[in-house]
Amino acid sequence: MRDVVVVGGGLAGYRFAQSLRETGYDGDLTIVCDEEHRPYDRPPLSKQLLAGTYSEDQCALPGDAPDATWIFGRRAVRLDRDRNLVVLDDGREVSYDGLLIASGRRARAWQGELPASGVHTLRDLADTAAFRASIGPDAKVVIIGAGFIGCEVAATLRKEGLDVTVVDVAPYPMPVMGAEIGARAVRIHEAHGVRFRLGRSVAAVAGDGRVTGVLLDDGECLEATVVLIAVGSVPNSEWLEGSGIAIERGVVTCDATCSVLGEDGTVLAGIMAAGDVAAWPHHHGEGAVCIEHWSNARDMADLAARNLLLGVAERSPMASLASVPTFWSDQYDVKIKSAGFLRAADRWTIVSEDPERPSLLVEGHRGDELVGAVAFNMNRSIISYHRTLSVPVVD
Amino acid sequence: MKITVDTTLCEVHGDCVVVAPDIFDIGEDDDVVQILNAEPGEDQRAVVTQAAKMCPVAAITIEG
Repeated sequence: MRDVVVVGGGLAGYRFAQSLRETGYDGDLTIVCDEEHRPYDRPPLSKQLLAGTYSEDQCALPGDAPDATWIFGRRAVRLDRDRNLVVLDDGREVSYDGLLIASGRRARAWQGELPASGVHTLRDLADTAAFRASIGPDAKVVIIGAGFIGCEVAATLRKEGLDVTVVDVAPYPMPVMGAEIGARAVRIHEAHGVRFRLGRSVAAVAGDGRVTGVLLDDGECLEATVVLIAVGSVPNSEWLEGSGIAIERGVVTCDATCSVLGEDGTVLAGIMAAGDVAAWPHHHGEGAVCIEHWSNARDMADLAARNLLLGVAERSPMASLASVPTFWSDQYDVKIKSAGFLRAADRWTIVSEDPERPSLLVEGHRGDELVGAVAFNMNRSIISYHRTLSVPVVD
Repeated sequence: MKITVDTTLCEVHGDCVVVAPDIFDIGEDDDVVQILNAEPGEDQRAVVTQAAKMCPVAAITIEG
């Protein structure tokens, strides 16, 4: 293999390129990145970068930049597997004999009419800069979506004393962590001055030119000078349509070695995938699952790099410790950490709680089986769950 | 081999503790990781290197 191409310049693409060079690969390496920036870390975008405590330069991904040819500001629009070509949006054709699909996701667009200005999403550096610039000292901010981005942004803005209301159709925020944690998250945010409108859907985002408010289904109109739409993300996989790659619910299907599968379920030897655009098997998931965590992008990318240069039969799955999905979120003085595949949980149990500190430890079970745990400010405890939950990934 | 942690970067993610429990530790209330053994033997090099690589904020440096 002498001609490796990476589509995507985010965490997965960058880590893959670093790891591939570490394996001793000395052939050509081309990285196609649809943004104009060198790879950067996204977790600070809703926190330190939004708060102004980090500059954009401080968000750069660490480590030595891999020796590679970078193509910035271009998107892949088609994969031609017959000719081993990635076609870019300027018509350029990039040939490969090894390919990493790491095109990631983008913020889910609002399905409805929007005023021309004052409405934002938050997924990349430019989004954060534009959102920040639109927030004046007397801003009234309405966040549509009480997921992790919505909650982190609410926390960041409340620290500055800004007026923040969060709307979601769900009955509690960050629903993947269950109702018990959701109820406590409401209490923490409300104690910091966030207003929630939960179980409410948005009828319209109002404004003639500039946004003026958010109209809810019960007739309430929330005054707004700025609106953040934080209703999840969608995979950047349209460029793979017609390529013969197995795509389910928009994400690329991989086996446990990060090898991409064709529509007939067989491995496409020279093509790997990693990060938010990819799905792979997990012990507690059904079929291939897409795990949109920072650590999952890191681990898939490292594994994909090691496996790409091997024959299909020689490729190995993830080491068990790294196969445990983990994520973190920082909101006010609460460090939220999770281990395990939380979506599999059908029952949540509080193990310990101290509302004053605050700290909290909650286990998620499916039937009698432990599938995950979430901790608030219990950094040691969550590590033991990480170990307990380590099992080999299914092949 | 000498291990240092940049405490201005460390956010106690704990990946290093998971990978190298004999070298790193984190208490429930800690704001930064503790180094249990800053100058481990060569037999620990593989796990320490892996811990440094896993760190989400690249706070771990290995010298020598």
